[in-house]
Amino acid sequence: MFNISNETAWCPGCGNFGILEALKNALESLDLAPHKVVISSGIGQAAKTPQYISVNMYNGLHGRSLPAGIAIKLANKDLTVIVESGDGCSYGEGGNHFIHAVRRNLDITHIVHNNQIYGLTKGQASPTTSRMQKTELQFDGVQLRPLNPISLALGLGAGFVARCFSGDKTHLALVIAEAIKFKGYALVDILQPCPSFNRVNTFKWYKDRIYYLPEDYDPSELSKARVLADEWSDQIPLGIIYKSQSIEYISENPILNNNPPIVDLSHNPADTARFMDDFR
Amino acid sequence: MDYNILIGGAAGQGMDTLGHMLSKALKNLGFYVFLHKDYMSRIRGGHNFVKIRFSDHPISSHADKLTLIIALNFETAQIHSAALAESGKIIAVEDAEKVNGEYSSVIINLPVKDIIQKTGNRKVVGTSALSCALKLFGLPITALVEQAEELFEGQTLEANKIAAEEGYNSCDTIFNIKLPQPWDSIFINGNESIALGALAAGCKFYSAYPMTPATSIMTYLSKKSKEANVLVEQAEDEIAAINMALGASYVGVRAMTGSSGGGFALMVEGVSLAGITETPIVIAISQRPGPATGFPTRTEQGDLGFVIHSGHGEFPRMVIALRHPEDAFYQTVRAFNIADKYQIPVFLLTDQYLADYTTTVKPFDFSKVNIERYLMNDVPDGTYKRYAITESGISPRIIPGGNHGQIVTLDSDEHDESGYITESAQVRIDMVNKRFKKIESLFDELIEPDYIGCDNPKILLICWGSTYGPVKEAILALNADRHSIGALIFGDIYPLPTKALVRLATTAQQIVNLEQNATGQLADLVKQQAMIACDHSLLKYDGRQWSKDEIIDSLKKEVL
Repeated sequence: MFNISNETAWCPGCGNFGILEALKNALESLDLAPHKVVISSGIGQAAKTPQYISVNMYNGLHGRSLPAGIAIKLANKDLTVIVESGDGCSYGEGGNHFIHAVRRNLDITHIVHNNQIYGLTKGQASPTTSRMQKTELQFDGVQLRPLNPISLALGLGAGFVARCFSGDKTHLALVIAEAIKFKGYALVDILQPCPSFNRVNTFKWYKDRIYYLPEDYDPSELSKARVLADEWSDQIPLGIIYKSQSIEYISENPILNNNPPIVDLSHNPADTARFMDDFR
Repeated sequence: MDYNILIGGAAGQGMDTLGHMLSKALKNLGFYVFLHKDYMSRIRGGHNFVKIRFSDHPISSHADKLTLIIALNFETAQIHSAALAESGKIIAVEDAEKVNGEYSSVIINLPVKDIIQKTGNRKVVGTSALSCALKLFGLPITALVEQAEELFEGQTLEANKIAAEEGYNSCDTIFNIKLPQPWDSIFINGNESIALGALAAGCKFYSAYPMTPATSIMTYLSKKSKEANVLVEQAEDEIAAINMALGASYVGVRAMTGSSGGGFALMVEGVSLAGITETPIVIAISQRPGPATGFPTRTEQGDLGFVIHSGHGEFPRMVIALRHPEDAFYQTVRAFNIADKYQIPVFLLTDQYLADYTTTVKPFDFSKVNIERYLMNDVPDGTYKRYAITESGISPRIIPGGNHGQIVTLDSDEHDESGYITESAQVRIDMVNKRFKKIESLFDELIEPDYIGCDNPKILLICWGSTYGPVKEAILALNADRHSIGALIFGDIYPLPTKALVRLATTAQQIVNLEQNATGQLADLVKQQAMIACDHSLLKYDGRQWSKDEIIDSLKKEVL
């Protein structure tokens, strides 16, 4: 139902293929109707994902997929809104929007394709590139410390924080479905190799480090989640690291909560004439 | 009759409240009232003032000569006494001894110490000054007491009432005026008019970042948000503000954003996005002097060129300069219809002068408000193509989620009819042509500039936006004095309507552009679009709006 015939623009071996399939499977598993799903993406290889799924697509500006997706959800709360982009778009250009999206806690799903490099612009460092890694622009190695999206999201108070790997589509599809079901802002940071530009974080590099959180892991304990967030160089935990329900934006907003979707509200100009009394 | 009262002092001394009370009192007595604000970019201290001009005939400008100064500090008397008319007076609220000492010949003595003693409240002396002012003009105290009752309650109200009584009894009437016939007026400023227009037009989403002098549009909408079911979002930055508005618009909700030059500068990539995705949006830009931070609380018309050319790449748009509160209301409504019809960004240009000046206006006629969404109801079978190429260039628009089996796809990349990314040269040509073809019929809808003046004027003034009010009064006065002069004041400004201009330019001996900027941006536009050159320029860029008096003086000195 979500298949579409557009030819992909990704390199062979790109992690995006796995993510695309997992996303389609997640949407199918939730029985969602394509015309009720919107993917808001930015710019980059990852942001091309909605071109290859039969859903409403808002492929906007680099770094600006979150504000657009947020407004889409506010304007029509009946739509399932997925915000999807790469690590540069989501944590760099769009960093400010990331911070405030977590604060808002609106019921959207934020999928980040984290390949720790800039792909479409051909190999510059991204906010998550490892320190001292040499790139197509940082010839002497990246001097900045990488941003840790998991600990950052936890620090901001995100209620759903998960990390996955593009190489395991089954696990990824399950986590994405959980993220969509979660009532509030949900982050799924997906590690993926970039065979064209990231010589360090290869498929094998990830495979040597990833491990799955055990079945009986309780994701509601923030202190445990914080420890897991910092695990990186030797082992990388995958799964839903933190999950805790808190007040979701729509449920607390009287205009959104007590009405049909804003887009469905009827309007009669005569009803607003009474506001002139404020000036009499 | 035509009188002018200035209330001045340091920021934080309460002159906004006093100005509001006096203005509303005069309005309710049936006068035409024009309240003009001049303030600094600070919360306490410095020097701010309001001028309240009132008359028994319609007025549309602030004026220079003062009938009365209500000085909340000595500095006010110092700065403004030179502008006092011959019979002008000063009432001191604070620093009374110093003011009364220095300006004894024009003082109206307010028994400040008595008032403080009787009310037990330092802060109500201003109210005494207002009631004293009313008495000077032979106007009833009830008008002021009504205003106090609206604003205050309990002990504060009682103190204000006593203060009003004391002030009223402390002086005699010296200006004899006849009470006019009361009429149903609203007392409103430019930004509030824009906000009302947005509400009337069914705008349900306003996202912005606070910036003077645009913030008050958002503030009013926020106050009404629950009653009117409008989402008002303070975004984390202006980039988020415009991208949010575009997202809401994509989903079928009428959306708007607003800012001033510096904030709009951050929105400009979003403008470009609106252009290529053909997403309707209304953007209010309330100008202030730049560049960069400039004069945050003052006025200028410096961003015309910037707004017309904003957004990289080439795409159609419309720019409307708002001229006065009534214009602001009706043009905001119209802007939403045009944005929806042509799927373009429509810019509303205002400035601090118009944003903040509050004046008596005939209530807006909501029955004249038409909503035209231009959305497709019945989707034909087959795949919907958001950018289908049609004869008019305008692609039928459906709302995402509204039609089973139909998706709406848009892309900031160049795209094909279905909205998916393309690299094709031919598709690119087709899309660029389609986007410009869209507005061919917009040219037929343009509204010619307002003309004020005599027939076949020897001197033709061209202006735009908020200079409307002061220019109108200046021209009428000059015509009454037998000067052959007229003014075209542009509202629709891009695309530029040129018929009236071309017609009047053929008989005028001199064409003069009058603008509040340093480089004559309207003159440039007119030269480019109509190939008409101005013979002379009157330019003011000190952050303060020309009054009708200054315009008359300038014209007499330089042109007439």
